[in-house]
Amino acid sequence: MIEAHGISRRYGRRWALIDVSLSIPRGSTTLIAGSNGSGKSTLLRVLATAIRPTLGSATIKGHDLVSARQDVRESVNLLGHAAYSYDPLSALQNLQIAARFLEIESNETALRPLLARVGLEERRHDPVASFSAGMRKRLSIARVLLRTLPVTLLDEPYANLDAAGFTLIDDLISELHGRGSTVLVASHMIDRIAPICDGGVLLESGRIGWTGSVSAMAERIRSIPDATPPRTEQ
Amino acid sequence: MKQLLAALWKEGLLQWNLRSRFFAVAVFGTTSLLLFSFAIGPSAQALRQYSAGFLWLALLLSSTLTLSESFQAETEHRALEGLLLLQASPRALFYGKAIANWLQLALLGMMLVPIMVVLYDAGTADLFRLAGIILLGSAGLSAPGTLYAAMVAQARAQQTLLPLLLFPLVVPVLLASVKATSLLILGDPMGQTGSWIGLLLCFNAIYWSLCGLLFGRVVEDS
Repeated sequence: MIEAHGISRRYGRRWALIDVSLSIPRGSTTLIAGSNGSGKSTLLRVLATAIRPTLGSATIKGHDLVSARQDVRESVNLLGHAAYSYDPLSALQNLQIAARFLEIESNETALRPLLARVGLEERRHDPVASFSAGMRKRLSIARVLLRTLPVTLLDEPYANLDAAGFTLIDDLISELHGRGSTVLVASHMIDRIAPICDGGVLLESGRIGWTGSVSAMAERIRSIPDATPPRTEQ
Repeated sequence: MKQLLAALWKEGLLQWNLRSRFFAVAVFGTTSLLLFSFAIGPSAQALRQYSAGFLWLALLLSSTLTLSESFQAETEHRALEGLLLLQASPRALFYGKAIANWLQLALLGMMLVPIMVVLYDAGTADLFRLAGIILLGSAGLSAPGTLYAAMVAQARAQQTLLPLLLFPLVVPVLLASVKATSLLILGDPMGQTGSWIGLLLCFNAIYWSLCGLLFGRVVEDS
């Protein structure tokens, strides 16, 4: 489903990803772990076609990330760090814009259930500028829920969320897994996410440090004295 | 077409929610016209003679504010990138933004006309033609202006970079718009207005096509 060969990405003079090769099977849920700045977000942004790899190549469903960018975008959903929203507009208007570009039903009746699911129904007419970071994240989740695609990339999905938000993400991952979607989750919440992941990839300073089962990966991370310890749920 | 309508709808929502910004730019344009009149002094003849130039300079200076701010909401939370990942057509996004900027600039130009008449005693009875020249001139500013605004949107010194890039490019627009407006105000015994309007039409045809094609390369990571 996802095949990457020697992907590298440079920002200015700094290499954020170095020679990353991956093979993620269809329908699997994979954890991407690593300390801050290890290249997790960059890897997901490259796979989502938000940025191009400086070197190397990758395919998703057989489509090349660079030469068939639009085909890849037909298959990939990204929940990123950025909210991808317009601050002056309301939550509902932001979702309506996304729905219109996707050419799906964009009226309030159609979108209210989505906003209710992410807990923003009451605040749907409020400008996003007045939202907390967690509420913006919930709006991003609603945006991801607008369409069901074969591949979903979740970058720090638990960040900024409260306990109910954690459950929302757990349910989302389980739902995607149940539907047979391929899911890549970049997260520090290894203990929380381990039971629902089929495998893990550990990034260390932009390189793949280890691949295998998530439980073994957690052990490995704990054994590295300099590594940032994985955050466990409160 | 659906993508273009979606882009126009998005721009409509943004412009409506940020309408206070438009009024701030309109005040800036008015102040510019007022300051130009002070610079010339009390000579009614000189004021009338240079009125068209001052109108277009005020509009050009105001356009840099309008254009650079038009991408602020797009870059703040990577909203534009989000739309591209939803397979939004870069061309539709460009034309939506360029049309929104064009209408704003044209409206601003028309709002500045009565102020020009009062300050410079430079009126014309042919308001329909004047509106046409303003529409054409502001279209010539908005297409390349939108492209360059997208280019410099992520730069730290975008307020400086945009005029540096835009002003040399729009010299033909400025020249043709000033000449056509001036001929309309001062009289056109030789019938030259048509050729200046022709220049504006050619410039618009080239840049509205070219910028639409290039926009995807500008906003997508390369």
